[in-house]
Amino acid sequence: MSETHTMTAPVAATPAKRIGSISRQRLLNRTVHYLVLSALAVITVYPFWWTLVTAVSTAGEVYSFPPALLPTEPGLQNFLEVFQTIDVWAFYKNSILISGATVIGTLLICSLAAYPIARMKFAGRNWVFGAIVATMILPSEVNFLVNFITVSKLGLTDTVSGVVLPNLAGAVGIFLMKQAFEAVPQDLIDAAKVDGANEWEVFWKIMLPLAKPALGALAILTLVSAWNQYIWPSIVMTSVENFPLSVGVSYLKGTFSFKTRVVAAGAVLTVLPILIMFLFTQRYFLRGFDGAVK
Amino acid sequence: MAELKLKNLQKTYEDGPTVIHGINLDIRDGEFMVFVGPSGCGKTTTLRMIAGLEDISGGELSIGRQVVNDVPAAKRGVAMVFQSYALYPHMTVRENMGFGLKLAKKPKAEIEAAVNRAAEVLQITHLLDRKPKALSGGQRQRVAIGRAIVRKPDVFLFDEPLSNLDASLRVQMRIELAKLHKELATTMIYVTHDQVEAMTLGDRIAVFNGGHIEQVGTPLELYESPANLFVAGFLGSPKMNFLPAKVLGGKLQLADKAVLDIRVDRPDGENVTIGVRPEHLRIAASGVSAVVDIVEHLGDTQIAYVHVQGVKEALALKLASGGQTPANGSTIQLAIDTQHCHVFGADGRALALRSREAVAA
Ligand SMILES: Nc1ncnc2c1ncn2[C@@H]1O[C@H](COP(=O)(O)OP(=O)(O)OP(=O)(O)O)[C@@H](O)[C@H]1O
Ligand SMILES: [Mg+2]
Repeated sequence: MSETHTMTAPVAATPAKRIGSISRQRLLNRTVHYLVLSALAVITVYPFWWTLVTAVSTAGEVYSFPPALLPTEPGLQNFLEVFQTIDVWAFYKNSILISGATVIGTLLICSLAAYPIARMKFAGRNWVFGAIVATMILPSEVNFLVNFITVSKLGLTDTVSGVVLPNLAGAVGIFLMKQAFEAVPQDLIDAAKVDGANEWEVFWKIMLPLAKPALGALAILTLVSAWNQYIWPSIVMTSVENFPLSVGVSYLKGTFSFKTRVVAAGAVLTVLPILIMFLFTQRYFLRGFDGAVK
Repeated sequence: MAELKLKNLQKTYEDGPTVIHGINLDIRDGEFMVFVGPSGCGKTTTLRMIAGLEDISGGELSIGRQVVNDVPAAKRGVAMVFQSYALYPHMTVRENMGFGLKLAKKPKAEIEAAVNRAAEVLQITHLLDRKPKALSGGQRQRVAIGRAIVRKPDVFLFDEPLSNLDASLRVQMRIELAKLHKELATTMIYVTHDQVEAMTLGDRIAVFNGGHIEQVGTPLELYESPANLFVAGFLGSPKMNFLPAKVLGGKLQLADKAVLDIRVDRPDGENVTIGVRPEHLRIAASGVSAVVDIVEHLGDTQIAYVHVQGVKEALALKLASGGQTPANGSTIQLAIDTQHCHVFGADGRALALRSREAVAA
């Protein structure tokens, strides 16, 4: 009996040992992954966290070092002060109006621009696309001047259209939609044409529904940047009652004194809706980029 | 209901080669026309030109007496079933099938009725509310066919519709397609790689090769009197055997000097090719000697592959199953059924034979 034992033991030991070494290797890999990701997460999240802590604390030094990681004497009075100082609800309304119009307009314009580039044959197609992509290199600030001249000549200063229109056709959006349209099999388009669809019906009834994930991603991307934009709306809008929240919040600092905690509370109020929205929709956001990145 | 006329039809792709070199073909109203040919010979291109999905570079295409070269796909009255099925993934089966009628702005009730009727014929009523993702290959195929018949087109175009199905489903769908054609009596054009599909479904077959049509005819015509070497070698499985020969006193002499009693009106010394199908070769006591390479058992028959002196490719011969099986490597004698031989001239065209009439007389 002891002999069978010694016979089987080495046989059993080999795979066990191998499994052990594999999992040790894997554990090491995992640890490195997690360490790197955690570091990135801390770097990314820390500014938000600091703002939040500053906003909900009601006592202590704002700029203490090392910075406070937890709020001291938490309370909501900074937020109350924000509501007392500025008309938060009116600014929210403006933000929603501007962002909503930007999102809808961007989806429409970018997909309409991307469809022919992705799916129609015409002379100079690659040049057109090249020119669009080239604009990605320029920072958007470069456009402010010429856009402002255009907007003011059109008499659109201090209007929602003035803020929204110049932002609708973006290279990123066109690129994203082009990738999505290119992923649709040609047979589907052909089948629709044989079924009697004209170009517009192919676009509207086949291409757009199939590009939904990309549309979703583009919608979220546009929403975030439209909601958070600061310089452009503050250039175009001249009356306070037309300001979006991102611009309106700046009024918290110049009035009487510079209250960092109140400004932080205003910042929290600005990003909160978009953050919540993003948490609920990030699934679609990632799926939309799937096709575009691979 | 419509007949088709392809008059010197040509296709040149943009900055590409000419892939269709002038096709002439008349397809009768209600006919089941099969396109066969090797890969890349232009079957799909021709079909797409008929559908209106590809511009016609030259020649004339008429559907039902009307020249349609410049008529868009949507207005040609054709329906197409794609090899990939091409079902719209975001629509249910019902929506897929009703899409064409909906685009044509037909009333809802009419669409509903047409879809239900087609679904019944194809036995997919229970699948109507599913999305294509949730269907098997065979079911998708049915939906694709259903989508085509719902529109009551004048012409059906099928591009290898069964090639993605497994063998047994293919047989089943083939039979159903034949029934469907009988029922609808609509003109159908059907591209396939499958010999059996071509032979069983087609009223006529057009054999394509390199952007030309080699021959058009009923399956039996093509099988029994191929116009040239290409058609002879293309139809039939295993394919027709080809033996090089020389004309000698009006008869044909094989490479091993045996003379076959096949009479042709050609001058002595001309090189020709004899074509003989595997079922027209026999093992006999005397004849052309051959070395057995390998024997395949197919259940009901056996196919022996043998080497004959002066012939590069192995010859195939059909043996009755249960008969004697020659051993691999053994030497046998082949008898050639000269009544069923085809002879092709140096240019590959079939030559008229005198022996056949002589024997029949
Ligand atoms: N869009 C295109 N641009 C250029 N050449 C093409 C295009 N589509 C097809 N071809 C060429 O045209 C020729 C005929 O192609 P086609 O698809 O009609 O062949 P097929 O007979 O359907 O072949 P298969 O049996 O493999 O489906 C091929 O040589 C192919 O490379
Ligand atoms: Mg093809």
